[in-house]
Amino acid sequence: MSAPLWARTATELAGLLQAGEVSATEVTTSVLERVEAVEAGIGAYLTRTSEDALGTAAEVDARRAGGEDPGPLAGVPIAIKDIICTQGVRTTAGSALLANYVPPYSATVATRIAGAGLPVIGKTNLDEFAMGSSTENSAFGPTRNPWDTAKVPGGSSGGSAAAVAAGEAVWSIGTDTGGSIRQPASLCGVVGLKPTYGLVSRSGLIAFASSLDQAGPFTRCVRDAALLLGVIAGHDPRDATSLPTPVPDFAEGIDAGVRGMRIGIPTELMAAGLQDGVRARVEECIGLLEKLGAEVGEVSLPTFAYGIDAYYLIAPAEASANLARFDGVRYGVRVDGDDVTTMNSRTRAAGFGAEVKRRIMLGTYSLSAGYYDAYYGKAQKVRTLIINDFARAYGSFDLLVSPTSPTTAFGFGERTQDPLTMYLSDVCTVPTSLAGACAISIPCGLAAEDGLPVGLQVMGQALDEVRVLRAAYALEQELGFKAEPPGWVAG
Amino acid sequence: MGISRADVEHVARLARLALTEDEIALFGDQLGRILEHAARVTSLDTEGVEPTSHPLPLRNVFRPDEPNFPAPCLSHEAALANAPAAEDGHFRVPRILEEEPAEGEA
Repeated sequence: MSAPLWARTATELAGLLQAGEVSATEVTTSVLERVEAVEAGIGAYLTRTSEDALGTAAEVDARRAGGEDPGPLAGVPIAIKDIICTQGVRTTAGSALLANYVPPYSATVATRIAGAGLPVIGKTNLDEFAMGSSTENSAFGPTRNPWDTAKVPGGSSGGSAAAVAAGEAVWSIGTDTGGSIRQPASLCGVVGLKPTYGLVSRSGLIAFASSLDQAGPFTRCVRDAALLLGVIAGHDPRDATSLPTPVPDFAEGIDAGVRGMRIGIPTELMAAGLQDGVRARVEECIGLLEKLGAEVGEVSLPTFAYGIDAYYLIAPAEASANLARFDGVRYGVRVDGDDVTTMNSRTRAAGFGAEVKRRIMLGTYSLSAGYYDAYYGKAQKVRTLIINDFARAYGSFDLLVSPTSPTTAFGFGERTQDPLTMYLSDVCTVPTSLAGACAISIPCGLAAEDGLPVGLQVMGQALDEVRVLRAAYALEQELGFKAEPPGWVAG
Repeated sequence: MGISRADVEHVARLARLALTEDEIALFGDQLGRILEHAARVTSLDTEGVEPTSHPLPLRNVFRPDEPNFPAPCLSHEAALANAPAAEDGHFRVPRILEEEPAEGEA
């Protein structure tokens, strides 16, 4: 028996659709049935758009039947993180404040997905305003990890990661500010790619930290990530920070291998605090890269140890400015007050959850008179030092490899009482974010002690996605690891 | 390092957040601990280091001076559609300015 349609990769489905062996309606229906079967136990979606998805699928089928080419990936169903605006479809950012917000326009990412003919299954759950590493901070309840529903899926794009891991979408879109694509990909056993800052338009993304936010794909295999990146990447005149560079074919030559590639292992990211099972799997991958012909060596990037500190001064500072727009005037809920200031303060107090308030406070504090130079200004200089460290490493190495997360998925409530412990979940992903560069997380096996997925991170320089994808693909093929959580119906 | 109650209240005022008593106590403690960790950055020598505010080299971006580039603007109706209160084509907010005193008063 072959695997059900919902369990296939986008690459396989695209082939079947183009050959006319299945219809987009059949594929979409298969995914919708899977959602129906497992969603109650996972909670990946905040809003389901089944009818829209079937409408897109029918349109794709009609175009193919009429001899038109609807595009190479048309008909492969997708899910979109609910911080990406979708015209006419509620977009909440996981916040009670935006519980009834229906955007009057679509993000460029969503427009490009529609243009590629991808049926949208729904909008996925997230930590409120993308702040968190566990998807426990959503105002609409948590998402559960398909590998073990007592564990978190990671965050902030936990819904997008869990949807793909559970077979509730073939692929999905998340956003990554300090690791919010890579860390949940790691915890859920799927592929997650954070593209170079500026490669994918931020127009229509509800902003968290403007100098860091970046949308990117979650997929079941590396080739799918290359294909989906091709759909969403490219210059956008609506985003002044969008890079006006040409978009390569990310999948072309993806099987070129790693022979001769120089791969560095940052010692600071293999340091204490790493779970044993994570370390073992990552070391195994390093061995495989050597076996495949890469030149592997250790490299010290001393400022990486300060990455989390710089990040948790810079990101909240930007967040405190971005979230000032939620004032109860133009959109969202409002709590009345006798004057504007009271109305603003009460609205924000009622609409924001604890983590968002904490970060607004943290950001406002570090930007306030008397602390600006010591905290925010200093963190920006440390950001420069981290970028310099990367540049030095890339003088000797083509790529860097590390664990994506120091641990496998953790239990609900385990880190919520201590924000600092939660923040340390992002220690391996934050440096790339601060540098605006690209990185991918791929599932590389299960940790011996708990049987949960381990993610391996491959980091590259800005706009070096092609090389990052090649290395990840080579490793994925060599590992031959099929990340199928319990309950997955294999072919 | 704790953060004083006065500081928490001051920052909450700046941030337009009406905090509860419990939140004031909790944030004072938590922000203190987070900032203590983050303050490790102060131990690094950054003499002569330029700050990075943005990972890309910043440049000015121009666009044609056309009202509908790169896309048509939102209609008046669409812009107001999500407002908690609107009236006569405007966002409705509580009074910002005091009423002018009537002649003969003040």
